[in-house]
Amino acid sequence: MTTLEDPTAPIAIPIRPDETKVERYERFRLLFRSPTFLLGFFLAGIWVICAIFGNLITPHDPVAPDILSKFEAPSGQHLFGTDKLGQDVLARVIVGARSVLVVAPLATILGTVLGTTIGLITGYYRGFVDEATMRVVDAVLAIPLIITALVAITAVGPSRTTLVLVIGFVFTPIIAKTVRAAVLGESRLEYVQAARLRNEHGPYVMFAEILPNVTGPIIVEFTVRLGYAIFTVATLAFLGFAADPTVPDWGQDISAHYPSINGGYWWPVLFPSLAIATLIVGINLIADAVAQLFER
Amino acid sequence: MTDAAIELQDLQVAYTVRGVDRAVLRGVSFQIGQGESYGLVGESGCGKTTAAFAIMRYLPRNAKIQSGSIRLNGEDMLGMGGGNVRRLHATTLSMVYQNPAAALNPSIRVGPQLTEVFQLLGGAKEEALHRSEEMLHKVQISDPKRVMRRYPHQLSGGMQQRVVIAMALAKNPTLLILDEPTTGLDATVEAEVLDLIGSLRQEFGTSVLFISHNLAVIAKMCERVGVLYAGRLVEQGAAQEVFRDPRHPYTVGLLRSIPRRGVRKDETALDTIPGFLPRLGATLPGCVFEPRCGLAKEICREQEPDLFPLGHGRASRCHFHDRAQELPRIAPVRLPAAHVTNGKPLLEVANGFKTFKQEGQDVQALVDVSLVVRPGEVLGLVGESGSGKTTLARVTAPDEGSRLEMDGEPLAGKVEKRSNEQVRSLQIVFQNPDGALNRRHSVRRIVGRALYKLLGLRGQTKEDRAIELAESVRFDQTLLGAKPAQLSGGLKQRVAIARAFAGDPRIVLCDEPTSALDVSVQAAILNLLVELQTQKGVSYIFISHDLGVVRYISDRIAVMYLGRIQEVGDAETVFGGPHHPYTEALLSAVPNLEGEERTRIRLEGEIPSATNPPSGCVFHTRCPRFLGEICVQEEPPLAEVEPGHLMRCHIPVEELRRLQADASAAAQAKTTT
Amino acid sequence: MGRFLLTRLGLAAITLFLLSVLVFVGANLLPGNVARRKLGNLADQASVDQLNHQLGTDKPILQQYWNWISGFFHGDLGTSLTFNLPVSQLIGPALMHSLKLAAFAFVMVVPLAIVGGVVAALQRDRLTDRIITIGGLSLAVVPEFVTGIALILIFGLWLDLFPVSANAPDGSSILTQMKYLFLPALTLVIVLFGYISRITRAGTIEALDADYTRTAVLKGLPRRTVVRRHVLRNSLLPTIAVIATQTGYLIGGLVVIETLFNYPGMGKLIFTAANGKDFPLLASSVLIVGIVFLVATLLADVAYSLLNPRIRYATAE
Repeated sequence: MTTLEDPTAPIAIPIRPDETKVERYERFRLLFRSPTFLLGFFLAGIWVICAIFGNLITPHDPVAPDILSKFEAPSGQHLFGTDKLGQDVLARVIVGARSVLVVAPLATILGTVLGTTIGLITGYYRGFVDEATMRVVDAVLAIPLIITALVAITAVGPSRTTLVLVIGFVFTPIIAKTVRAAVLGESRLEYVQAARLRNEHGPYVMFAEILPNVTGPIIVEFTVRLGYAIFTVATLAFLGFAADPTVPDWGQDISAHYPSINGGYWWPVLFPSLAIATLIVGINLIADAVAQLFER
Repeated sequence: MTDAAIELQDLQVAYTVRGVDRAVLRGVSFQIGQGESYGLVGESGCGKTTAAFAIMRYLPRNAKIQSGSIRLNGEDMLGMGGGNVRRLHATTLSMVYQNPAAALNPSIRVGPQLTEVFQLLGGAKEEALHRSEEMLHKVQISDPKRVMRRYPHQLSGGMQQRVVIAMALAKNPTLLILDEPTTGLDATVEAEVLDLIGSLRQEFGTSVLFISHNLAVIAKMCERVGVLYAGRLVEQGAAQEVFRDPRHPYTVGLLRSIPRRGVRKDETALDTIPGFLPRLGATLPGCVFEPRCGLAKEICREQEPDLFPLGHGRASRCHFHDRAQELPRIAPVRLPAAHVTNGKPLLEVANGFKTFKQEGQDVQALVDVSLVVRPGEVLGLVGESGSGKTTLARVTAPDEGSRLEMDGEPLAGKVEKRSNEQVRSLQIVFQNPDGALNRRHSVRRIVGRALYKLLGLRGQTKEDRAIELAESVRFDQTLLGAKPAQLSGGLKQRVAIARAFAGDPRIVLCDEPTSALDVSVQAAILNLLVELQTQKGVSYIFISHDLGVVRYISDRIAVMYLGRIQEVGDAETVFGGPHHPYTEALLSAVPNLEGEERTRIRLEGEIPSATNPPSGCVFHTRCPRFLGEICVQEEPPLAEVEPGHLMRCHIPVEELRRLQADASAAAQAKTTT
Repeated sequence: MGRFLLTRLGLAAITLFLLSVLVFVGANLLPGNVARRKLGNLADQASVDQLNHQLGTDKPILQQYWNWISGFFHGDLGTSLTFNLPVSQLIGPALMHSLKLAAFAFVMVVPLAIVGGVVAALQRDRLTDRIITIGGLSLAVVPEFVTGIALILIFGLWLDLFPVSANAPDGSSILTQMKYLFLPALTLVIVLFGYISRITRAGTIEALDADYTRTAVLKGLPRRTVVRRHVLRNSLLPTIAVIATQTGYLIGGLVVIETLFNYPGMGKLIFTAANGKDFPLLASSVLIVGIVFLVATLLADVAYSLLNPRIRYATAE
């Protein structure tokens, strides 16, 4: 009830704390109810399990050559058939998830961290630093990403580490651009001016004031780039730059068996391809669902 | 009896948000006669825009009309199919809303956008062109052919709104709905547009539904008014009567919270309406206004009052309508006046220039500005867009040769170069409370950070001081953990004020601090600002486009036009006269609640661009008291024409006093006859 | 408008310069001494030094850069180390091939994607929209070689409708060439459709939600007219920019598709050059691809400024 007698008393205030808490839970509940998310989660999840458990769940040993059984069509014994060395394709597909799912996420994290930092700095300080960096970014982005990655890998030679580093660096410019755009938008808001009026240092404003407000676009960008990273790893493997040639690798297997298509041996090529496709589609469905979440 | 132009009966509209139906209009009924103008007034969330869109049959997808009827010229609108609704849009119904720039298609020239209205009515191209030109003449656009060839972004805001009005009236509709059509326009431009609407209404005989939160505008434009609160019509009647003699506690509270008739802060604090606007779609048993009403009794909680007719078309939805004006005041105390010391100036700007580049051209934002702010004084800054008031107030990075001093010491333009003491002493309260607070930080963190950074406080001392600050701005301690999104506009602004005061500033820049808030909340914030000022002896630079508010709170006022100060003086002198011709025009442009007709001084033309200001006196191109060559050749200096009163005009002050006295006598004579 | 374009041109020039530096530095990072590679490990040092001198690879880096760049402007792109031919002779045909494929894919995907995006926007959140959006996007994110393989298997092998190699015999008619190029072009269409249609959809939705569309509807105009006259011209502007950014990929980034379909385009050329550490060929071909991209984005800027009245007529009253 209102207090009319004492004009200096604080006014009773019905705030809406329940509404926001409910809102937050509602968001997550919506996420888990979104069919896009669930499907994506399911698809990607299968491969994550394969990557983790790998050898434990394969029906046959993926690296045991058995010349006598080479190029056997899919059957009860070999659900996905065998490849040119007689190895079980299903087993190779299961284990192949590992190399992709180790390199791609690490590369994406690297790119996101670097890209966010650069985006924050250029977006906040603007001026010459911003202009110069953006010119360099534009120059790098003038070349298709796959070419840049390719040339770099050719120069340093493929390995788990170099792949992570190269792909991470190659993604940095484009992530920086997205983060920069978000930061520019935030910098216009008055709380940033208020911070400057308190004589706050640049790093404080960037990381303590602005960064918490741009996490949305960053998370969305991360999930999208993750899909691209997987794509790039598989493509590089296809072109001959697998991280570890001795380990089953989807891209490598596809490229090795591609000539055999003419002989009608389609299964060693199709199944790893489907694996790549479903994993990436799964990740992108998750990305879409997360993006929708932040849009509301 | 002729059919009313439009008649709403018991209209109930709800929005479905996240699966829940939230009531927005709870049974609204009113009618507008042929050729009549009706104002719908209320604060945010009252449902006035929803009513407008319901009439236009243009509600968003998640809105549903739950019951009630809308009749246009007797025809039932709600039962109509899409084709019929479109027919109505093309011939009988028009709407004009805020932000004319967005209402026009940026990729199509103005001409085709206007002719297509005529072509829809069946006209041939030639005829449509001809009638479009006529229409543009009617909205006082002098060169229709040229304007029709232009794209919308090439026109000024006032011109754009005129074009939109032309488009709306082209079809000679039965009903024209205007939803905040002049909010966002400069005062002098707004006055022009309102005058235009008034005269066109007379000429065309159109019925008008005028929606606004600004009661003064409604008083000027409307014959009848309906006051909307939480989706309910709580009072209705002839506009002048309702505003002079309100019969509902809400209307009473609203009128009391607006500074009227030149009331000043040392006379009385503004009255406020306690409590908060109800949440969208909340269920409200009994009277919708009861939780905030000082006259509420048991019956109000239990039984919702009907709209009691009070004769002569007046009605009030209150059990105690006859006692409405006995509503107890919230703030009866007289606040002690601040003590303005006449000693050393606190802040001084001398020969201030500021030019910056925009698209390759030089914009002269400030030209030869000299100003002084004394300790404990409130300096009001008034001006339209392009006046430079914001640039001046921000006192950042003036050009070479400008002198900027605080307490006699030079004040660097860049904050990094200022001393800690100076940083503490000069703070800002922004207009937009949403953008001014970091939405991811709690209130405690926002205030705490300011305390830490400005005063170096830590730990328990900081916490204690934060609580003190919260108390001083009437911010409930228990809310310190909340984030801005959970708070209302008024609460957010209190936090912003607390933050500005955290370091015990000497001077606070208030940049339109109440413009984004509802009327009833504005009063509370203004009271708070006045209170803090008197308690702590702080100076303010107070910017506002609302002249009533500026007059209420300022000790001295500076009027700016195109980067130059045109007049500076005590608040009463600036408002009372003699005025600079620009001030005179500005004052005459602002509508007032009392409906008093002052001589309307109409300014010709648009505000010149700051990249190419007129020669001599920059106001000479529009000055109604233009003297002659001297105004074109020579810029008048800012001279002291009376003690403490400076003016930049070639006309001697005594002459101005005489001319203006004559003019107001003539106006008086007109109103009495 | 002149100002806008001049600024864009200036920025593009700076970017081009930086690009050339980047490419030069990047290509030079490939390990290996040039002459050594050519002559092999068994050749003696003197011959290696002599060849290095002949090729000009023992000069200081800045001079080498300058030689390369000035040669570029004269049409001399250097000599390929792997093929011993002038680089221009190698890039010429490869570029032609890439352009043909790109043009074919372009002509198919752009109208389809624009229509798809607009329809999805007009049917927002309904079934048609979901199908177009989610379907398009899912197909788009699948790596091009997976899509290519799927198409090869379905159309090339099992249905035997189209040839698997994209190389038409010399002198074939346009129609025959198109038949051979159909599968790779279709792969590209599938890859690009989702992305372009999504941008078009977003642009159209923004236009649909705008105040000026509301004004048009409230004038009483029929829905079709509103869309045709008021919405569309504002919704396609972002699409232009997106299409331009895809050109770099279309011309130089199709390594995988060219490998799958055995098509001698720029992607494959670059791949060969990288593998063979053929610095002159690599540097020049990558730079060409970059130039194509910059020119395309510049053209997009021109188109944008012509179509957006706010830029074309920038002066206010």
